[in-house]
This record gives sequence, structure tokens and C-alpha cells, in this order.
Amino acid sequence: MNNRLINWFKYASPQSFYPLAGKMIPWFVALATVFGAAGLWLGLAVAPTDFQQGEGYRIIFIHVPASWMSMFIYLVMAFWAALGLAYNTRLSGMMAQALAPTGALMAFLSLWTGALWGKPMWGTWWVWDARLTSELILLFLYIGFIALQAAIDDPRRADKAGAVLALVGSVNIPIIYFSVKWWNTLHQGASVSLNKAPAMASIMLWGMLLLALSFWMYSIAVALYRARTIMLERERGTEWVKEVLQREGAK
Amino acid sequence: MKARQKRIALILGGLAVLGIAAALVLNALNSNIAFYVSPTDVAAGKAPQGKAFRIGGMVKEGSLKREADGVTMSFIVTDTEKDLPVSYKGILPDLFQEGKGVVAQGKLADGRFIASEVLAKHDENYMPPEAAKAVGDAHERAAANKAKAEAAQGGAAAASAAPTATQPASQPATQPAAKPAY
Repeated sequence: MNNRLINWFKYASPQSFYPLAGKMIPWFVALATVFGAAGLWLGLAVAPTDFQQGEGYRIIFIHVPASWMSMFIYLVMAFWAALGLAYNTRLSGMMAQALAPTGALMAFLSLWTGALWGKPMWGTWWVWDARLTSELILLFLYIGFIALQAAIDDPRRADKAGAVLALVGSVNIPIIYFSVKWWNTLHQGASVSLNKAPAMASIMLWGMLLLALSFWMYSIAVALYRARTIMLERERGTEWVKEVLQREGAK
Repeated sequence: MKARQKRIALILGGLAVLGIAAALVLNALNSNIAFYVSPTDVAAGKAPQGKAFRIGGMVKEGSLKREADGVTMSFIVTDTEKDLPVSYKGILPDLFQEGKGVVAQGKLADGRFIASEVLAKHDENYMPPEAAKAVGDAHERAAANKAKAEAAQGGAAAASAAPTATQPASQPATQPAAKPAY
């Protein structure tokens, strides 16, 4: 295993991942800021008004990136959960725990901006159609995951219970994504997908994609930041944490 | 190593079983998950009787009218196959337009849908108004060309078929123009 170019397993230990994460965070914050500023400028200042929704459509620049992130973060969380269950690595559980609040935030943003958008366009804040309902279930899954982990004192057991919940809940992700295809919904179909040309003017699309990138970078930065705190808290009895704290305290 | 492989298999197997179970449940609930039924479903008697439900489709072009009482709006919801007349007393959403999507909640009464709530359903296309106009114009030109070509062809066919035709000759001539552009 040692003759590999990079020993990936080295970073599976909190001790060596902690400083790496610390070095990566400023980069992701910077990228999030740059992409976010560019995306907002394109979306709010450059992109034209829409032919049927007027200026109101511009909430798409927050709504769609937040919705994408809410689904993607859940998949990443489920991935870490599966890794933790299979390989019994300490870091996996911490990563899953670190991602959950950001995922919940994204799901909430998606629902909230959706309600604000739905009122003027559809004529209602909320309907119980398949897309909206499954996204609400996603928010509840995130909250359930956070609550379950917080309810169990032993972190290793908390990780295991959370991991099972995260994996079970991952069934919901394809349901959210394909709900507008499989059933009649009030929510419109996907404007952007892999198997067809985007149904958006390209300048609008660019603004949205830049903001989606910005949301990615933000989510990574925040999750790493949270993971570092979790590492220190969970491993507080160990030598490396004492060393880190001494070093940080000396500064 | 053995135990780890077993755990991975267990996770994958569990996910597969869960996926199948979810698929079966959703399949069984299919009609309940649908947010609305189409006018074709209503015509086929699939709509719940005496209970509120939602219908969805397009507002038929030229069908939106204000009734004599001044507050009731009436329009026709169509899925291009079947039509359903709808009455609604209230304010229509901004995006409500002829030729655009609509979802209405209400009850059937003597073949008329009495709506208590009307929602606009917009599509997933976003573009500037100029682009939309260009697309619309091109669409109209294409439709006009097609109608012209069909009329020419239909006329020719009708002319050649006329001597042997046993059915009234007026039928093929009216056909091409009858279907509205969807």
C-alpha cells in the first residue's frame, strides 16, 4: 500500500485530515465568493427579463442551485454513511454529520424561495404535489438525521444509526428528481438536464450555473469547517488535539 | 476483509430491496400522487364523482369569457383531445393566459367544472421576450406553410379522388385546418 503515489488512507485519519481541511477552506471560500459575485451580476444585472414571468423569474438563480445542492449533499452524506458502515472509518461519520446542517439549509432555502416564487406565478404558496412534497420530506430527513445523531451519546453508535437513516432516505432523491416526469405536478419540468438542450437563454443559464458552482464551494467550505470542529470535539482526549490546541492557543 | 465485504454486500442489498419496495409502493399509489387529471380522464369517467378534484391542461385559445354577472370567468381546459368547460368566480393568477397551462380545483356539475381555485402552470422555458417572439413567429410561419402544403396536397388528392369517391368530398378539405397548433 505504501508504494502508491499518494496514500489516500493517510487522510482517512482525523489527525492528518485536520490540517489539510484547514488549508483548503480559504480556497473554497474565495471560489465561492468569486463565483457568487459573478453569478449574481450575470443573473441580476445582465440576464434579460423572461417572456412570461417578467422579473419574477430571477429567484431561479437561488432556487435551482439550492435545490440541486439539497439533493446532492444528501447523496454525499449517504455516500459517507455507507463508507462508514462498510469500513468503520472514524472520519466518514464526522463528514456525514458535518454535511447535514448545510443540506438542511439548502432544502429549506429551496422550499422557501419556491414558496416566494409560487405565490406570484402559480397563485399559491404551497401545493401538495409530488415535487414539493418530496422536497419537504428531504428537509425532514435532514432534520431527523441531525436529531438522531444528537440523541445518541456514543458518537460511534450515533454515526451508525444516522448512517442507516441516511441510506434509507436516499431512496427519496430519485423521487424528487424524477417526480415532475413520473407524475402530473404543478411544478414545471426540468429546464436543465443531461439528456436535452437547456430550455433557457444561455445568459440566464450561465448565471444559474455560476451560482450553482458558488453554492458548491460554499457547501464544501462550511462542511470542512464544521468537520474540523467535530474532529476536535470527538478526539479531545488524544495527543494530536492537545498539540493543535496548544499551537492555536500560542498564536 | 471478509466481514467488510459482507457489510458492503448487506448495504447494497438493503438499498436494492428498499428501492424495489419504494418503486412498488409508488406504483401502487400512482393515481393518488398525480396532482391533477386531464380532460380526457374526466371524459373517460376516471374523475372522482361528487368529490373535489383537480383538472389540468391548457386554456383553449379564444375560450376565456367573463359571464354576464361580471365576476364569473369561464374558459375551456383542453388536452387537445378533449375539452372541459370551467367556471370560476374569483381573481385569476397573473400568468393565467389562453394557450398556457392551468390547474383548477373544484367539482363537476352537469358536465361543467365549477372551480374553487385556479392556479397557473407555467412551462420550464426561460427566454427574453424578443426570443420568445422570434420563436412564436417562426412557429406561425411553419404552421402556415404546413397548412398551405397540406391544403395543396389535400386539394390535389380530393381532385384525383373525386371521380371514384363514394363519400362526401367536403370532408378532406376541412380536415387540415381543424387541429389547432399545440
